[in-house]
Amino acid sequence: MAKKLMKGCEAIAEAAIQAGCRYFFGYPITPQNDIPEYMSLRLPQVGGCFLQAESELAAINMVYGAGGAGARVMTSSSSPGISLKQEGISTCAAAEIPCVVVNMMRGGPGLGNIQASQGDYFQAVKGGGHGDYHLIVYAPSSIQEACDMMQKAFDVADQYRTPVMILADGLIGQMMEPVELKTNPDLVLPEKPWAATGYTPGGKKPRSVLNSLYIETEDLDQLLERLFARYAVIEANEQMWETYNTEGAEYILCAYGTVARVCKAAIRILGEQGIKVGLVRPISLWPFPSKAVHDAIVQDSVKEALTVEVSSGQMVEDVRLAVNGERPVQFMGKAGSYIPTAEEIAERILQMRRG
Amino acid sequence: MTVVFKKTPVLRDVPLHYCPGCGHGIVHRMVAEVIEELGIQDKCAGVAPVGCAVFAYNYFEVDMYEAAHGRAPAVATGFKRVHPDHYIFTYQGDGDLASIGTAEIVHAAHRGEKITTIFINNAIYGMTGGQMAPTTLVGQKTTTSPLGRDKDHCGEPIRMAEMLATINGSAFIARCALNSTPNLIKTKAAIKKAFETQIARKGFSMVEILSPCPTNWGKSPAEAMDWIADAMIPYYPLGTFKEV
Amino acid sequence: MVERNLFAGFGGQGVLLMGQLLAQAGMMEGKNTTWVPSYGPEMRGGTANCSVTLSDQEIDSPLVTVPTALVAMNRPSLEKFEKTVAPGGSIFVNSSIVDIKVQRTDVNAYYVPCNEIAAELGNDKVSNMIMLGAYLGKSKCVEIETILEALLEKLGQKKAKLIPLNREALLKGAECVK
Repeated sequence: MAKKLMKGCEAIAEAAIQAGCRYFFGYPITPQNDIPEYMSLRLPQVGGCFLQAESELAAINMVYGAGGAGARVMTSSSSPGISLKQEGISTCAAAEIPCVVVNMMRGGPGLGNIQASQGDYFQAVKGGGHGDYHLIVYAPSSIQEACDMMQKAFDVADQYRTPVMILADGLIGQMMEPVELKTNPDLVLPEKPWAATGYTPGGKKPRSVLNSLYIETEDLDQLLERLFARYAVIEANEQMWETYNTEGAEYILCAYGTVARVCKAAIRILGEQGIKVGLVRPISLWPFPSKAVHDAIVQDSVKEALTVEVSSGQMVEDVRLAVNGERPVQFMGKAGSYIPTAEEIAERILQMRRG
Repeated sequence: MTVVFKKTPVLRDVPLHYCPGCGHGIVHRMVAEVIEELGIQDKCAGVAPVGCAVFAYNYFEVDMYEAAHGRAPAVATGFKRVHPDHYIFTYQGDGDLASIGTAEIVHAAHRGEKITTIFINNAIYGMTGGQMAPTTLVGQKTTTSPLGRDKDHCGEPIRMAEMLATINGSAFIARCALNSTPNLIKTKAAIKKAFETQIARKGFSMVEILSPCPTNWGKSPAEAMDWIADAMIPYYPLGTFKEV
Repeated sequence: MVERNLFAGFGGQGVLLMGQLLAQAGMMEGKNTTWVPSYGPEMRGGTANCSVTLSDQEIDSPLVTVPTALVAMNRPSLEKFEKTVAPGGSIFVNSSIVDIKVQRTDVNAYYVPCNEIAAELGNDKVSNMIMLGAYLGKSKCVEIETILEALLEKLGQKKAKLIPLNREALLKGAECVK
């Protein structure tokens, strides 16, 4: 298929449709409105349904209803709206509902601003709602990658019966890049015998009970054991990352999303000065690619690592855990949507080099 | 032998956890009987609330969801949009529907969502231990209005049926009570009408049911039935508020 | 080849569209390209801007902090971004409404009276296309005809009658910097 210049939000929406998503429930919030707007036009054309809910709370609970009914369903929002959705995300995690949630992160806390930010890392990967659970969290750094990720997100959501979050900074949503959208006319969706699709006593399908309440301690224990056994499989099989220029590098940058691309520009600038710097970019933020991050940073040639984020320092904690003290891991970044420039990152590495 | 009574197969054969004299068991049976009578069991799903009916997913022999507090109409909406030719009901109490879930219920009605809501109004929060509800009567003592509800402090009870009847998307809105045999007969008829409204795709349907809570009211089951007649019905008039 | 361009001006001057057409045309000619609308603190102060990167290679950062070319459609844009341009880069100034000159001596400055030329063509709305023509006249990173193809895709066949006017505007702009 020919490439098309598309805005990130619209490309993500179209990719979701190509991945079999037919239901979208959302609520307007900047900067992700192009997703619901696109869906409102496109979903009826493919026999699906778009509904603008009365709130983010309602939207995520509609996702619960539709996901529980066996459909491929998604919602999208931006940081303050994602906070509102956490009740439903926790419910969906407990009730084992496959669904996809897109967060086009903006600055926070509170209403913050509407610029690109990475301040929701903790919320996304450490459990934004209450209770013991994980989401699978993917962070795209280009629009093409975001599109490819949508198919993957719906597939793993079904495979593991879990909500999946696409954690993108607002920049991914607003910028345009050429993308190749993979159409999938022969897409076969997995069977969902657990879903609420109608129950006949004595029939083949068991009665569906989609539930997050387990009032007896042993029942809740059983649920959590089941979830965490599944999380272990996910941790073993679903880590995604990219390494760039890492072999024999003197310094390693660690960043995700668009910021990782700015880091690549810094690597180019430093390379022109004869300084070899590499990048390790987590693509799955949960499961966090700890071993890959460790192996990129803990090699003989590497003196130090630098984590760059548009936050006051969130992912850096996971990087430090991965490296476990074997190398110093410094942090560069500011909250409030300030994306460090390639020149600033390069300068910081030069400073580290001067000691 | 002549069969004079048979439990509907739409109610599962498990003991209910409700207190003696509670109205939930009566309404459960009516809802289940209506599903059986309309022949829609294999195409019906239900959404249980947070409240005393939280375990309703154990009682109805249909596909069931358990929703977070107040969100049942949104969950039902998600289901209905995926399966427009199936039927779904939400079963909600007054804290769930008239307090934390007002946005969800108002907008389900506003969209003319083709779902049926069974709304149990017992003027109190049951499961959490008898706290004041938006439907608690003025002067009624609860664990969070120990001196009786003071309207200057926290307003007067909210009349959901009347309010939802003003919304264009509502197709059938009625209020019934469980306090007498004639009222029981009317309640079941209204529940049936509500499901028929959904089947006919006319719009949103809700039956509000004034239901006894002897435990949290501090009354015997018989006294509780009398209180519905003497205190609740004068404030919450029975009848059909919308029918299209 | 890598061109890092910053288009800046008032909202309504067609700045974002200029960038989009360039990105679209770049893609049509098989180049890698990114288009990024105003972001960060640079949104403040009366300018709408977009960054367009065109490259034969994979594009690392889509953010343009050191542009190889700056297009300044109004005075605040020039004042704000002049200092960011790469040494040896170009600055295109809409001299119809920008009444100051480029101060730097290590860049190439081009003055294009976009609004006047647009008035001569009988349509104020094409001032952005005149500027885009001027930019292309120097950078030559995509063909003017490809820009027109991109414009046709954007406008749709119904508005195809606008193409000749836009062609003329692009050519006039290019002529300006000869």
